Amino acid sequence: MQNVVVRFCGDSGDGMQLTGNMFSSLSAILGYEISTLPDFPAEIRAPQGTLGGVSGFQVNLGSGVYTPGDRADVIVAMNAAALKVCTLGSKFNHPGAKYNANESMFKRDAIIIVDTDSFTAKDLEKALYKTDNPFEELAIPESVQIVPVAVTTLTKESLKDSGLDNKSILKSRNMLALGIVCWLFNRPIDRAIEFLEDKFKKKPALIAPNVKVLTDGFNYANNLHLNINTVNIEKSDELEHGTYTAIAGNKATAWGLIAAAEKAGKQLFLGSYPITPATDIMQELAARKDMGVMVVQAEDEISGVCTAVGAAFAGDLAVTSTSGPGLSLKSEAVGLAVMAELPLVVIDVQRGGPSTGLPTKTEQTDLLQAIYGRNGECPAVVIAASTSANCFKFAYEAARLALENMTPVILLTDTYLANGTGLWRIPKLSELPPICPASVPAEAAGHYNPAMRDPETKVRYWATPGMKGFEHRNIGLERDAEKGTISTNPENHELMVLNRQQKVEQVAERIPLLNVQGNPESDTLLVGWGSTEGHLMAAARQLNCALAHFNYIHPLPANTKEVLLKYKRIVVCELNTGQFADYLRSKIEGIRLEQYNEIMGQPFSVERIVSQIKK
Amino acid sequence: MEAQDFKSDQYVRFCPGCGDHAITMALQKAMAQIGIPTHQTVVISGIGCSSRMPHYLNTYGFNTIHGRGAAIATGVKTSHPELNVWQMTGDGDCLAIGGNHFIHSLRRNVDLNICLFNNRIYGLTKGQYSPTSPKGFVSKSSPFGTVERPFIPAELVMGARGTFFARTLDVDMPTTVKCMVEANNHKGASVIECLVNCVIFNNGTHAWIADRETRAERTILLHQGEKMIFGKDLNKGLALDYSSGMFPKLIIVPANDERVLTHDATTADPTLHRMLALMGQKHFTGEQTGDDTLPVALGVIRNVEEETYNDAVNRQIDEVRAKAKAHCFDELTQTLEQWAM
Repeated sequence: MQNVVVRFCGDSGDGMQLTGNMFSSLSAILGYEISTLPDFPAEIRAPQGTLGGVSGFQVNLGSGVYTPGDRADVIVAMNAAALKVCTLGSKFNHPGAKYNANESMFKRDAIIIVDTDSFTAKDLEKALYKTDNPFEELAIPESVQIVPVAVTTLTKESLKDSGLDNKSILKSRNMLALGIVCWLFNRPIDRAIEFLEDKFKKKPALIAPNVKVLTDGFNYANNLHLNINTVNIEKSDELEHGTYTAIAGNKATAWGLIAAAEKAGKQLFLGSYPITPATDIMQELAARKDMGVMVVQAEDEISGVCTAVGAAFAGDLAVTSTSGPGLSLKSEAVGLAVMAELPLVVIDVQRGGPSTGLPTKTEQTDLLQAIYGRNGECPAVVIAASTSANCFKFAYEAARLALENMTPVILLTDTYLANGTGLWRIPKLSELPPICPASVPAEAAGHYNPAMRDPETKVRYWATPGMKGFEHRNIGLERDAEKGTISTNPENHELMVLNRQQKVEQVAERIPLLNVQGNPESDTLLVGWGSTEGHLMAAARQLNCALAHFNYIHPLPANTKEVLLKYKRIVVCELNTGQFADYLRSKIEGIRLEQYNEIMGQPFSVERIVSQIKK
Repeated sequence: MEAQDFKSDQYVRFCPGCGDHAITMALQKAMAQIGIPTHQTVVISGIGCSSRMPHYLNTYGFNTIHGRGAAIATGVKTSHPELNVWQMTGDGDCLAIGGNHFIHSLRRNVDLNICLFNNRIYGLTKGQYSPTSPKGFVSKSSPFGTVERPFIPAELVMGARGTFFARTLDVDMPTTVKCMVEANNHKGASVIECLVNCVIFNNGTHAWIADRETRAERTILLHQGEKMIFGKDLNKGLALDYSSGMFPKLIIVPANDERVLTHDATTADPTLHRMLALMGQKHFTGEQTGDDTLPVALGVIRNVEEETYNDAVNRQIDEVRAKAKAHCFDELTQTLEQWAM
């Protein structure tokens, strides 16, 4: 098999995220490409055993892995509610709903491992079953292989002499399930044990019991009863040689900033306020004081960006991180950074909107807010990461573009990239492109003013407090193009608007050209941006068509028009109602675009894209 | 250094007769006395008449957006603690739109010198009531009188656990300069409430205490370590009266009374500082009229040392770095679980 999709699901207290992460990392270490999708409820702890409390973690592993997969080959269902949610998908709370191939989270020939101990009458009642036979009630097809395992009983048996209390014993059920899955995929168990030792290094008393349950689960599957064949999948042959790790998007983003600060010789400053799904960036950077990172957890979103603007004025690589609602609150201060022409990185980990919307779900609906959502003529650079791992590259790139062009750069990621994990080839700092901040030439001392700019690039020269002979007053008011002081002169204002615009437009000369993936000779071109690259790549392969995927959005790559106009049929695919399509129409006069849009808080389904394009 | 060194080449555009002129001159004098060079001094402001100040000072300056000065100044001072950072703000910028950033900069004790120009009116938008306008105040946006209860800035500062509060009058240059210098010497968030007159929209708002005729009787200038004495003939003093029930209250006694209090701005307990700061304030909140009350306190009322936010943040980074295994990106990546492919 080329690749296999595994989904772990259970109650939000069952440790499914940890189990999924461990299995994914084990697979990655063994040479498989991985792509993961954590899928957890918004409630921190919904009532145990209920449909609303089901937490899932899906991983796709093998070679040629672009997405976490539409549907699972193997499901681990730790309780009756999880089985129902996996079987019915988004229809899980429709009374009387039955298995439907278009909704189900697993394939018709999937293997489902269930904990039979969690299917008591009480469990079935909590999960709103009407009968005492959930498999019949859900009409799960016979082609699906159900593997019943008494996970709870086996866990209790395994730990009966451990001295642990019942509650702690039950918490280890996930390790029994992991042991079984490790056997199923021929995963060597010693690496899993190393993981556990690392995970519990601060609670050493928990290492032995967890290792025992894991081992017992593996042996149980190996020795006795399981009537299934182990699965062998192909290792990746597409990966560049190097040293790899598995990294989540938010962590990759944080590390990209750390690398950029060191490369640029700047202190890294983050002003931020907790918001799902961006908080991990702040938490990761707050833990990186060893790298000299300064984090201010501000009193609100506005203060988050404003402390960053202050740090930028003072000469730092200044960053603020947030999600959609926070970006709205930061608009005015981002405008200040545009007007004052200061470098600022703004990270928007998009989530479902508008307003509070779907805080834990993914969407691409902040695009136009990022490009246009400020008062006045207020251009900023907008870029987007497209995989969890390349959040590193684009966070680094956001910092480079901000520091070199004296402009705010908005980096768009989203829930899917932020929480998902991918394989990341670990670079050396020396491999990364140089970053040359737009520092003022020393000879300007004594006659500097804050309007001085490079005549070619229009980039303003940066002088920072502490530098003798460069004292100046920066402003959010319009400034005179020559003297840098407050000006309300009409011609001057127009000139300054154009200067700021030109500066941002000219960034197009310093970013890569757009390239076409898939089959460039096809008549059909899929177009996407940001986190959908994997799904669109998989769809383009199946359709044997071309794909133009954008990481640089404002400005667009210089060859955009030329590339797009080569194709007869262009379909712009996005997780919104067509924001990028509208933006392209406004930039390329007369272009004819079809659209494929999904706005369900979930990543694309490759299946649905393919069937839609084939129509 | 001379006050002249801190003057920029910009024409000062405050209205003729505005109290802000005096504050500008006081600040230039204070900065000269302090002696920190212009290139190491940063003045941050928001929006409003007071926020024009950075343009008139030959230092680093940033005239930003409405209400956010405290947050931006926090970013400057925390990231670059070696700089001397001032914030210029007004009663609207600081206490209305910027209230949240103001209280949190005080709570954190960021080492900023915050000059709060209080003229009890919105001047730049031409005459609406502010959060310090007295109840019943008639303005363009309150034609029938405001129904709002105003803030007393000192009370807010102490409620936010502020470590330094001084109050001064625009017409009293020496006290203003002294308060600014003291604020700068204080490590932590320092608030100087400058009572300034808006000659156009709120003329005479502080006249009750600012007039030469009555000032000596209606104000008391507090000096650290000195008896609390006031009056034209310095014949009155302040004392605590414990006779009126559970809580003592401040009373006026003859200057030679042995109960006259000695001012100590450095006590950690803010109870007496708060009582002093609230004296005579009901004249300004619209809750009381007449002149038979306690004098308004001027000078440095509270001046307490606690570790500053900027020091604590930088100290923690230094401590972690001293013990850390990784100090640069290439060392950091070595700490990851990783494998060759």
